[in-house]
Amino acid sequence: MTQLAGAPGTTPAPPAPAVRRREKAPLSLSGILIKIIALSVLNAIGVYALFVLFVAGSWLVFGLGVATLLVLDWIYLSRRALPAKYLAPGVFFLVIFQIFVVVYTGYIAFTNYGDGHNSTKDDAINAIVAKSLVRVEDSPAYQLTVVQQLGTFSFLVTDPDGEVSLGGEGRPLEEVDSDGTSLDGYETLSFNDILNNQEAISAISVPLTDNPSDGALRTPDGTSAFLYESTLLYDEASDSFTDQATGTVYSDAGNGEFASAEGEALTPGWTITVGFDNFVRAVTDESIRGPLLGVVLWTFAFAFLSVATTFALGLFLAIVFNDSRMRGRKVYRVLAILPYAFPSFLSALVWAGLLNPQFGFVNNVLLGGADVPWLTDPTLAKISILFVNLWLGFPYMFLVCTGALQAIPDDVIEAARVDGARNWGIFRLIKLPLLMVSLAPLLISSFAFNFNNFNLIYMLTAGGPRDISAGVNVGATDILITLVYKVAFGAVAGRDYGLASAFAIIIFIVVATVSIIGYRRTRVLEDIN
Amino acid sequence: MSTPTVVRKRKPTLAKWFRATGWRHLVGIAVVIFAAFPLLYVLSSSLNPNGTLVGSNDLFATVDFENYIALFQRPQQPYAAWFLNTLLIGGISALCTVFLGALAAYAFSRMRFTGRRVGLLTLLLVQMFPQLLAVVAIFLLLNGISDIFPAIGLDTQIGLILVYLGGALGVNTYLMYGFFNTVPASIDEAAKIDGAGHARIFFTIILRLVAPILAVVGLLSFIGTTSEFVIASIVLTDPAKQTLAVGLFQFVSDETSKNWSLFAAGAVMAAIPVMALFLFLQKYIVSGLTAGSVK
Repeated sequence: MTQLAGAPGTTPAPPAPAVRRREKAPLSLSGILIKIIALSVLNAIGVYALFVLFVAGSWLVFGLGVATLLVLDWIYLSRRALPAKYLAPGVFFLVIFQIFVVVYTGYIAFTNYGDGHNSTKDDAINAIVAKSLVRVEDSPAYQLTVVQQLGTFSFLVTDPDGEVSLGGEGRPLEEVDSDGTSLDGYETLSFNDILNNQEAISAISVPLTDNPSDGALRTPDGTSAFLYESTLLYDEASDSFTDQATGTVYSDAGNGEFASAEGEALTPGWTITVGFDNFVRAVTDESIRGPLLGVVLWTFAFAFLSVATTFALGLFLAIVFNDSRMRGRKVYRVLAILPYAFPSFLSALVWAGLLNPQFGFVNNVLLGGADVPWLTDPTLAKISILFVNLWLGFPYMFLVCTGALQAIPDDVIEAARVDGARNWGIFRLIKLPLLMVSLAPLLISSFAFNFNNFNLIYMLTAGGPRDISAGVNVGATDILITLVYKVAFGAVAGRDYGLASAFAIIIFIVVATVSIIGYRRTRVLEDIN
Repeated sequence: MSTPTVVRKRKPTLAKWFRATGWRHLVGIAVVIFAAFPLLYVLSSSLNPNGTLVGSNDLFATVDFENYIALFQRPQQPYAAWFLNTLLIGGISALCTVFLGALAAYAFSRMRFTGRRVGLLTLLLVQMFPQLLAVVAIFLLLNGISDIFPAIGLDTQIGLILVYLGGALGVNTYLMYGFFNTVPASIDEAAKIDGAGHARIFFTIILRLVAPILAVVGLLSFIGTTSEFVIASIVLTDPAKQTLAVGLFQFVSDETSKNWSLFAAGAVMAAIPVMALFLFLQKYIVSGLTAGSVK
């Protein structure tokens, strides 16, 4: 294989890629053409992306983009980086969507990112000003025509001096050339349209200028607009808000929000790094610690029991069907692996229907109208989940056990028989250890898979039944990964990306540890042989 | 326990037959009922025009294809779009995954370079952190991309496919790497002597020789992608862009007992192509599954 080694430093790179020294295999014409076309497309896309980034002013990403494009071009134009030519495409995606997101998860875990803290401080200041608008007493009315373009509403207003301008949500007023009743390129809303979109239109506030403190125009009726000003005045020098009505001062105390001395906070806040707060919260906050501990224990129990039960049933069936005298083994095998072929997300949904306490087949038909709370009682729900996972998982174990059983050489068994071992002895002393050697890695990866078996839990019970007393939205059958999902995107308690990422990091540490220990142990197993 | 010694056939008595293989058939029948019943139940529900969960409890009382037709006439649940989206996203992801994985496996299998071992180990390590764990970061990353490149950001199928490609190098690459190693290197050598370049050897010779593993990885990746719910549900918010997993889940969670037979029809249609492929390529898949375990 040494001829293929892309050893650096053996041949100097040719000055131009077009000049090919005939020391290696020549490239065919079509090969050169394909290469040129592919590289052109890559560079066209790359340069376009860089241009957009440049305009948007994202300098860090722009710099990374330039570097990436240069490296890719070097790889494909040089004659030396042969392995890199083959690795680059996959590694490119791996770095962005696997390695970077993991690192980024680690970063988010140390911030307070989430609902109410999902932007920069400047955005938060503007949002606070916009939220606290009240109508300025005795301010003049602006004549208003609501217009729309591509479904976006805008205000066409005529101020008391007769100046006509156009603006919208987040788009300050700009003077336009119009008579104040219609505008080229915009559709004027009829009275009916306004009635139908009442809520949306009355929620719009159009900034008067770029400075939020100048106030904004809002409309109560869709025909006239009034000036609204914020009751909260922001003072840059002291970096604080003062409530014009009550005089309360809200200042930045370093928690990513403006809060008064009494601890009353203005929303929204902004994202800041909070160190180990999320982890500390997870283990000290009473309302999270208890449920979290329960979730961790159940996650381990669920993953372990799932592997144990599916492996036991799969192995048992593999042994039962591994008898050459039995007729029709093929038919049994194909039918037995049907659950494995059925898309997994559907299986859980189907079982949720079967086990439905009120109308499900199991209660109504098999148990003659019993009222067993299969999915709504904390303990029974856990049992149901394990049972459904047994149904989902035993075919896989059956397949791999069959494969491993058939790989055991006959003469080993023969020799044991000659030595006087009986069936049970052969199984316990010969077959099982041999099976374990080849199957241990698969059992470990099965454990890791079930540890994060989101689909089953979420689709069968959605993690429920819910624990009402907990400070996070958590249920009796939640495993860590469903907890992450609910804390991050749950509709119940708002989104808390920081806490969810902290949980994700905890999962990562657990899974990595278990896997590493597991792989090491299996190596020990292999050494015995 | 299996006894490979061939017993000379005498007149088999019933008891003897039962002891040898009869009880195995009993186990077999029990397993088949356990494995197949839920699937029969879904099929029966889908043929029942009385759409509720209760109405589905009489197995095969009626056979009627009304639900299958109704499925395509619901503007609020665009089943046809979900189906096509799933095929498209799954198909493109699987194709690209196979291609990227094969490129990398070729490099690891046929070339020796600095960082090769570290690279292989890294792939193993990265696999321990499945993508769905980083779903928060993926969401925020795509959110950021949306601001600059809306075409590949949140709520775009291209964005979702790109995310899936992040997992292209991994278990699949290992599986392929093992298979590539079984192709004798002398074939490459011969082609080299005949004047073929590395690209030609890869595209015209190696890829043909490793076709079975490409099929297995492609299928596993397709099945994995079509069943993926977490990331798809976060990235795709417009119902017309969603996949079957996301769409059908919402379909059921809205009104489980009312729409049951419609859901069942949708499930049957979603499952049939996957199951057909699976049973058709069963042999290859089994060898692919066990390849990882046999050193």
